[in-house]
Amino acid sequence: MAPESPSRPRPDLRLGAALAAAKLTSSAIRALGRGGGTAAPGLLADRLDPALLAKLTARLPRGVVVVAGTNGKTTVSRMVADILEADGSRVIHNRSGSNLVRGVAAAFAAQASVGGDPRGEIGVIETDEAAFPEIVRLVSPRVVVLNNLFRDQLDRYGELDAIATKWRVALAALPETATLVVNVDDPALASLSDGIAARRLAFGLDEGRHRLVSLPHAADAAACRRCGADLVHDALYVSHLGAWRCPRCGLARPPLDIVGRHIELHGVESLRARIGLDRPGDGGQPRALDVSVGVPGLYNAYNAVAATAAAHALGAADHAIVRALGAFRSAFGRIERVQFRDRTLTMALVKNPVGFNEVLRMLTGTGDPATTTLTVPTLIAINDLAADGRDFSWLWDVDFELLAGGTAPLFAAGLRGPDMANRLRYAGIPPERLTLLPGDLPTALEAFVAAVPEGATAYVLPTYTAMLDLRRALAALGAVETFWKQ
Amino acid sequence: MHLTIAWLYGSKMNIYGDRGNVLALTQRARWRGIGVDVVEIGIGQPIPPNVGVFFFGGGQDQEQIAVSNDLRGAKGAAIKAAVEDGAALLAVCGGYQLLGHEYRPHDAAPLPGIGLFDLVSEAGPERFIGNVVVETERWGTLVGFENHSGLTVLGPGVAPLGRVRVGRGNNGHDGTEGAVYRRAVGCYLHGALLPKNPALADWLLAGGLERHHGPLELPPLDDRYEVAAHASAVGRAERTR
Repeated sequence: MAPESPSRPRPDLRLGAALAAAKLTSSAIRALGRGGGTAAPGLLADRLDPALLAKLTARLPRGVVVVAGTNGKTTVSRMVADILEADGSRVIHNRSGSNLVRGVAAAFAAQASVGGDPRGEIGVIETDEAAFPEIVRLVSPRVVVLNNLFRDQLDRYGELDAIATKWRVALAALPETATLVVNVDDPALASLSDGIAARRLAFGLDEGRHRLVSLPHAADAAACRRCGADLVHDALYVSHLGAWRCPRCGLARPPLDIVGRHIELHGVESLRARIGLDRPGDGGQPRALDVSVGVPGLYNAYNAVAATAAAHALGAADHAIVRALGAFRSAFGRIERVQFRDRTLTMALVKNPVGFNEVLRMLTGTGDPATTTLTVPTLIAINDLAADGRDFSWLWDVDFELLAGGTAPLFAAGLRGPDMANRLRYAGIPPERLTLLPGDLPTALEAFVAAVPEGATAYVLPTYTAMLDLRRALAALGAVETFWKQ
Repeated sequence: MHLTIAWLYGSKMNIYGDRGNVLALTQRARWRGIGVDVVEIGIGQPIPPNVGVFFFGGGQDQEQIAVSNDLRGAKGAAIKAAVEDGAALLAVCGGYQLLGHEYRPHDAAPLPGIGLFDLVSEAGPERFIGNVVVETERWGTLVGFENHSGLTVLGPGVAPLGRVRVGRGNNGHDGTEGAVYRRAVGCYLHGALLPKNPALADWLLAGGLERHHGPLELPPLDDRYEVAAHASAVGRAERTR
């Protein structure tokens, strides 16, 4: 049931000035070729009218979806937007991935008229973990999606407990009319969403294969939130996500409303899954959707289930979900293949230990050290600029020990390339397989590609700003397009 | 030769890649043909008698309370006795604070420490976050990453680990970072610290071995990646703070 359209607002001079300023700045930045122009216009517009985002989203007749989580928020929000479009809706979305309050405001300003009319009826907002409470307060979302809560860039956010506390307050303030779509395979998120006024749509996986043998080193939240005992897992899928229970007090993963099953992983290309709408919130019959998704890895199965649950909560038709997921391709830089000098480079973004572990698992085909063999030459490019997070301690939480048994030559580069090479040394990679590439990333890329045989495949695993540098270098050589044209 | 490393509360106190310190000690021993056991000591588990090196990492507030309770009495006394007997120890951040006399949070009761280090810590108004470079006499330049709001003040019974050249250190005022007592080192340096400060790693390793095997000289290793990581981290510290 769509809320009624808001009554026609009076002209709002302050909002108009903020929008005009944001639009002008954005065009000027693009004209100067200084990048995508995604955050600076928002900063200016925010100065002019701090309520801009609240005003614009209040004019969306079908409301707003807010997506948060350490990993997968860009992918999930793009999947949700694609499904809604396949369902015939016009969607406003901060698609460029600028996910702090100002970046979201800028993206929404760019998709509204100077009079303040949004060019769509429903909004999809990807938000940063730290900005999540403020964005929820500003936009009063109809649906909130929480995908997971992992350790990420602790230097920026403070510690996990602090974020969880702020999220708990934000979730408790959601009204009964809102829906929270939440991954209850994450014990912390299950606890945060327990007993809130909003309707809860719980999602997770129920899958016999693709289980981890043990908790990875990067895993968090192993203690029961009610009694403090160590949780046990009947199944563990990604990091600490899985079917968990407390052996002492009996607290356990809540029943799943939307469930990912029968997951088939097709290398670095794609996946298939059967998504069960076991307890559909719309009063309809339980049913299952067979989906194929154009992105790889078990973590993307979680993303597809999250997006399906959100789209379902918004009333999207089943066929729109299946069609949009089938046509879905990776978000900018998350994972992509590039043809370059007769080599195929598969580039996958790495930004925290859980994400890095899952990428390694995808590239090696297993999560089991006994059977892992990475044979493809791999470049790991680590930067520590502000957008990457300054603190690279987390490299020591990634299970690079998985790579020690393979034959692949490994290359390290970037501002923290030496730290990365040192990390690989301590993971037991023999010296003859390890190369530290000096110099800037374009130079390192040239050296790496020269070391890959013609016609062969290679992997490139960069942090965020390293990915931007590498894409720029590749784009200059004609290999990929620049992202804001997408 | 054999070394036992006791990792105190490894599953609860391991938030900033602290595992890297244990890996550094383990690998640097194995590369020299020394056998290593890493024993994780959890809540309620006693301290074994044969420990060469202790490692104690950082945790979040909830975990630190549980750990403080567990350290009271015999367990804390056993760690102190081992250090008096020559065992080596590295404690980082939360572990460092809990080995002092006490830690005073903003709005809760003080957490008692075991008093291995003569120091007290309290919650400060500001969080110190960023790369740190520390000058020391014994191990040369050390480099790491700090992320703490605790302010630590040293008493006369400990020496500082070194003087802060880049960053904030123990308390942001007196220019000190960390504390040293016998073969025990406490500090706010994550990084992980030991993989890119091999001189400190080997000093702890040697101490841990000497407790049971007598004086010895560790043969040198090929430290080119350690040296490169150290140099680039110092460079990044100078450029980012």
